[in-house]
Amino acid sequence: MPIRFAEKPGLVAYFTVGDPDLATTHAIALAAIDAGADVIELGVPFSDPLADGPVIQRASERALRHGTSLRDVLNLAATLRAERPHAGLIVFTYYNPILRFGLEEFCAAAEQAGVDGVLVTDMIVEEASEYLQALHRHHLAPVFLAAPTSPDERLARIAAVSRGFIYAISRVGITGAQKSLTADAEQLVRRLRRFTQLPIAVGFGISTPEHFAAVGEFADAAVIGSALVATIEQAGPKEAPDAIARLIEGLRRGSRETAAPAR
Amino acid sequence: MEATSTIAGRFGAYGGRYVPETLVAALDELEHAYAEAQADPDFHLKLDELLRDFAGRPTPLYFAARLTERLGGAKIYLKREDLLHTGAHKINNCLGQGLLALRMGKQRIIAETGAGQHGVATASVCALFGLECVVYMGEEDMLRQELNVYRMRMLGAEVRSVSSGSRTLKDAISEAMRDWVTNVRTTHYLLGSALGAHPYPTMVRDFHRVIGREARQQIIEKENRLPTAIIACVGGGSNAIGAFYEFIPDKDVQLIGVEAGGRGAQLGEHAARFSGGAPGVLQGTYSYVLQDENGQIALTHSVSAGLDYASIGPEHAALHDSGRAEYTSVTDAEALEATLLLARTEGIIPALESAHAVAECAKRAPKMSGSDLVIVSVSGRGDKDMGILARELKLSGAK
Repeated sequence: MPIRFAEKPGLVAYFTVGDPDLATTHAIALAAIDAGADVIELGVPFSDPLADGPVIQRASERALRHGTSLRDVLNLAATLRAERPHAGLIVFTYYNPILRFGLEEFCAAAEQAGVDGVLVTDMIVEEASEYLQALHRHHLAPVFLAAPTSPDERLARIAAVSRGFIYAISRVGITGAQKSLTADAEQLVRRLRRFTQLPIAVGFGISTPEHFAAVGEFADAAVIGSALVATIEQAGPKEAPDAIARLIEGLRRGSRETAAPAR
Repeated sequence: MEATSTIAGRFGAYGGRYVPETLVAALDELEHAYAEAQADPDFHLKLDELLRDFAGRPTPLYFAARLTERLGGAKIYLKREDLLHTGAHKINNCLGQGLLALRMGKQRIIAETGAGQHGVATASVCALFGLECVVYMGEEDMLRQELNVYRMRMLGAEVRSVSSGSRTLKDAISEAMRDWVTNVRTTHYLLGSALGAHPYPTMVRDFHRVIGREARQQIIEKENRLPTAIIACVGGGSNAIGAFYEFIPDKDVQLIGVEAGGRGAQLGEHAARFSGGAPGVLQGTYSYVLQDENGQIALTHSVSAGLDYASIGPEHAALHDSGRAEYTSVTDAEALEATLLLARTEGIIPALESAHAVAECAKRAPKMSGSDLVIVSVSGRGDKDMGILARELKLSGAK
């Protein structure tokens, strides 16, 4: 299933799987897809999430408290694939859980589960040759991060090996919501555009309808992560699916309203 | 087979660069600046001058006559890194990286610290060079190495406590990396061990090579031959790789690294990566990592904060696999006993980290012959550990 963004801007929703428990993540993911998320990033909780801010750190801790594993993430992916065939499904992880699972075994299991792509936070193109071969063998799209600090020559290399979409990091820093978007994001997307026809999704710090609409002006999609995870934390397991649906519908509505008049 | 090739930051299968994309440009910049500095005679002149006049190099290679007599076997020499300014070998690397930061025009320095020795050395170098200094330290380590917290503050550094995970060195590194990702344009991350993403393991090793270079020359001057064995403790492994490196081509010299055996062999109770770990990626590098069956990093324990870490420098992983170096572990209790042994035979109180090397020496030396020579790297002094030693060895009111 190719990754497609039906409406511009596309919406990529990140959740830490198992936060607060697997059944809730399942319900939340369904709610997010039905509310208009094009792609779900299934975050694999990791004990040492060094690229993540406090919100996702806490979510990882909650998920690990009852031992959420990469196998659990793949099982959830298989369930979601059966229930929502059109949704894009990405496994979002640090590298060590994949290494421990076995790179080849992981790719085979992910393909079997109906996963579309894989994003490894601490995998860079220079280290990726085995990784890329394994993903290609199993028809999984390698999604790479591009950063405001990446020079053009790196962006070209990232674009050359990416499939599905490219994840442009909106600013230097760790994950987490912020008040305003920096100019970094737009500049990065403009630079990246010269090297790729793939959709470009902008992530890190996008939390409001205004951010979401603003990203739509210059990119194909926006990734919403910490804002969703914080909503789950505040709403609690019972209310979380509804709260997530409302948040995503609000982003969608806000961007339609903002998009109508030209900027 | 030589396991120390540094092509693209790899040591055999180990090493590499596993980091968020945001950091790659800074690592490239650092690699470039380091290569330029290496080729610049002025850099070496300046560094050598600081090592001599500020840090106090060369450090003595001291014949431990009473310890030798007590153990009744091999002749034991101590490489006295504990005599360096700030109290441990860490200053070698801090001066080198500090000069690099100046060359790169970075005015802000961040560092992690476990036992606090790297933090104190970083804070001293920042004071010396007029750089802003922030040190991340696990809450648990701030409690057990309180004196070093005060020393860092005295030197003008800001010590930020880290309360995530095991609240020790690993978590301090993660927090320092988060800071670096955020402030990468203005900040140099002065990593304190031969760990992390390329070029750190190579660069940190190079700044500590002076330990082995001096020791090799000194033992030849004193004994007119090479030692039988060199013993060093291994947390991340900076003092060990510095002590070992010059001897790697000398195949007859045994290289012995000592990990923290902690309270026992169960996962979570020790920091013995080779006996309890498996290859994996943690904090930028591929090496042996203590982890569970799902690839989650395990908790560790050691009485010594500087050895209390779930992974090990990648060059040690290569030396282990090739068999060029041997790795073993000693327990908390053995390390404490060795601290007392060295204090009472030689009048030297080693750091609890270094005491692990002394303990291994105490096990081996009696089984060796009087013609064998052993060099023990006393990587740091034990002043910082007096609180722990007082408690563990029941010093209040003891004889």
